[in-house]
Amino acid sequence: MNATACYHCGLPVPAGSNHSVNIGGSERPMCCPGCEAVAGAIVSGGLDNFYRYRDGNSERPEDSIAQTAQEPDRWAVYDLPEVQRQFVCDLGEGQRVAALLIGGISCAACVWLIEKHLGRCEGVDKVAVNASTQRAQICFDPARVNPSQLFAELECIGYRPAPATAANSESMIQREQRSALRRLGVAGLGTMQVMMFAVALYFGASSGIEADLERYLRWVSLLVATPVVLYSARPFFAAALRSLRARHLSMDVPVSLAIGLAYAASFYATVFETGEVYFESISMFTFFLLLGRTIEMRARHRAGLASGGLAQLLPLTAAKIEGTEIQNVPVAALVVGDRILLKPGDTIAADGEVIDGESGVDESLLSGESALQQKAVGSSVYAGSVNGDSTLKVRVTAAGQATRLSAIERLVERAQLQKPRQVALADRVAGYFVGLVLLAAIAAFLAWWQIDSGRAFWVALSVLVVTCPCALSLATPAALASATLRLQQMGLLVAGGNLLETLPRIGRVVFDKTGTLTRGEPRILQIVVLRDGWSAQRVQDVAAALESQTNHPLARAFSAWRGNLSASEIKVYTGCGIEGSVDGERLRLGRADFAAQLAAQSAPEIPSSEGQWLLLADSLGPVAWIALGDRLRESAQAAVAQLEAGGLEVELLSGDQSAEVARLADAAGIARFRAGASPEQKLAHLQQLQQSGERVLMVGDGLNDVPVLSGADASVAMMSAADLAQSRADAILLNGDLRVLPQAIELARRSRRIVSQNLAWALGYNALALPLAVCGLVPPWAAAIGMSLSSLVVVLNALRLSRFRVAASPTGEKSPAGQVSTGRESWS
Amino acid sequence: MDSLYFLIPIAILFIGAAVKLYFWAVNSGQYDDLETEGRRILFDDDEAPRERTEARPTDGEDR
Repeated sequence: MNATACYHCGLPVPAGSNHSVNIGGSERPMCCPGCEAVAGAIVSGGLDNFYRYRDGNSERPEDSIAQTAQEPDRWAVYDLPEVQRQFVCDLGEGQRVAALLIGGISCAACVWLIEKHLGRCEGVDKVAVNASTQRAQICFDPARVNPSQLFAELECIGYRPAPATAANSESMIQREQRSALRRLGVAGLGTMQVMMFAVALYFGASSGIEADLERYLRWVSLLVATPVVLYSARPFFAAALRSLRARHLSMDVPVSLAIGLAYAASFYATVFETGEVYFESISMFTFFLLLGRTIEMRARHRAGLASGGLAQLLPLTAAKIEGTEIQNVPVAALVVGDRILLKPGDTIAADGEVIDGESGVDESLLSGESALQQKAVGSSVYAGSVNGDSTLKVRVTAAGQATRLSAIERLVERAQLQKPRQVALADRVAGYFVGLVLLAAIAAFLAWWQIDSGRAFWVALSVLVVTCPCALSLATPAALASATLRLQQMGLLVAGGNLLETLPRIGRVVFDKTGTLTRGEPRILQIVVLRDGWSAQRVQDVAAALESQTNHPLARAFSAWRGNLSASEIKVYTGCGIEGSVDGERLRLGRADFAAQLAAQSAPEIPSSEGQWLLLADSLGPVAWIALGDRLRESAQAAVAQLEAGGLEVELLSGDQSAEVARLADAAGIARFRAGASPEQKLAHLQQLQQSGERVLMVGDGLNDVPVLSGADASVAMMSAADLAQSRADAILLNGDLRVLPQAIELARRSRRIVSQNLAWALGYNALALPLAVCGLVPPWAAAIGMSLSSLVVVLNALRLSRFRVAASPTGEKSPAGQVSTGRESWS
Repeated sequence: MDSLYFLIPIAILFIGAAVKLYFWAVNSGQYDDLETEGRRILFDDDEAPRERTEARPTDGEDR
């Protein structure tokens, strides 16, 4: 029960595992060879301070790191000139800059570690890492170091490097962010100054002020407020113009109208020394609105930048067979009819047909199917899937845009077009509101023209200013910005602007299975020892030794015990299992009939409980059964219970065929589930639900989920998800804790309440002020103070969301521990 | 009150300088990554030189 946590990644260390690294003078436990290798590399580089600086646990590296670190060839493709052209830029004078996308950066300490580690490499001149975009610019001397060495160094300290090929959109985002910050800074500084002058003017109006000084203060206010209006507020004017051209009254229209008219009137009043000025209100209004939009934009960009798009799922090169020679060629150069060689562990670069060899292929990215698909001569393989255990020769039947991977991309685009549009509440209100205010202003002008033509203009103006939709247009963005920041602290990064408006209306939550409800990797569920004298521990050690050399996905389950024993003469039988010698004894691990053959016996009967059963046998007969299966995330059960307690329907929709789906649905407490659904079927199921009036939240991670994620009313992708899935989802769950979902829905409900309160307040204030202004009873300074106060009330009300905390429910507290213990009990 | 007539213009000059400094900071990328830069100061390298001399030779051998 009291499992120690891995010092590097924080996952529990399985019992009997013997991995550790000496950090800062004491031995620290490690859960797997991958963590051990990475921590070892960090410590031997003298960078163990990383562990003192970091905020949280690091990402768990692939087990294969321990082996591949010694294979510099692994990244050799990035040295090819035609590949380098995509992400390396030549500065001249023997200097080049490589733009890399680095997966696994979680905090500032990671930046420190990467910059220190790479900066120490021979030939690297400068390293700049940006934690929020997960990008690095590395300045290097091509004569002394190759890009492939940079990749290898990054991998050996536990990060996942990839070339940042989408550099164009990145520089566009950077420009957009910088210009937003500049505008915000000008608005902020300007507001502070104008406010000071305004306080002097307020006091002057109530207790008397020299006419000269008043005129002087108005002129300096005009001077400071002008750049705020002409520079900072320009995006609002541009957006308003766009929306007018599209014949639609968006919130930007009243905002621009208020800023523009109030500025024009104040300008007029200053120059002709008549009427009142509103410079402070204009500046403050601009500043608050810009602040809300900038926060929202940063969150959106951060989510978008973390993904490199579809192209990064494919390798950059393929091993092409030309006659008897094998040549590395860029994938873009592959054409139909080429023959390519796939080694175990390779990602397939194009769709094709197997012409030689037999192997299991992992297609989980495309179909969600967790078991390896057996391929023999004549079977089809698809781009984006990963070759499992042995070498294949493939004839290309489709490359580039024609592959099945691209077909999924097109399905995504179609789904996005059909996604139900959410019209923001404030935008709908704005349309009526603007019309009403304009009508009232014109009516007041005409009425006062009859009564007192000299006052007509000022009354009409005070109608416009007093009803200035400050509070109204701040109501929604202030609440959304505050809720977005709070969600990010809770671990949910909101990328789509509409998520918070949609979440409260959700009626059904649909989960994917592999990688979403589960951890997405096989674990040992149960060991049944058949022979006296063997302990479960020894079975684990022997199995780990046998599996230590393979790339088979199931081998991950044993990695924790790797190195306790060593095996020799290992031989892989595709689709059957592994044979090898441990301590001079021949053993087989794999399918029951295959393993039992070693003793020329027939296979014993497979135990009836769940999981994928492997048999370990020696020359005397069967030794033990090992059940492998994907384990439920610790938070899954609690999350489902909380969602259902909140009145939501929960459903499991998986591409997996096996009985695993039913088992996991049961374990998570989900009554409705569906297995074996293709991406098309998933989308069809979703659209059927939507047509029957349901609003659906989809939670998924794989590429096969991408169309549904795009088509759902709201969608959440896991942090470990395929890049494409992340970029198409409305939000990304950063810490993998599913219990954040019910909390997020609760927060969204509360934020909707706050938005309605704010709207009610803003409309109520206007309903009261409008008639008074029309009657000419509101002096302009009172209008300005009222306007500022009502904006402040709205902003403070919205800030309450940032202190949101969910009362811990009893199920939420108990369940994770219960989950671990059920897992443990079945071990012995 | 007369002092206001020259103190305020001086204040405005200061704002101008502040805005200019701020623009320079934004344009040179100092606000691109708000999380890291604020904390970099906390990562003191005082202990690093001692370890670095130990680490260098092994690094060399690896290559």
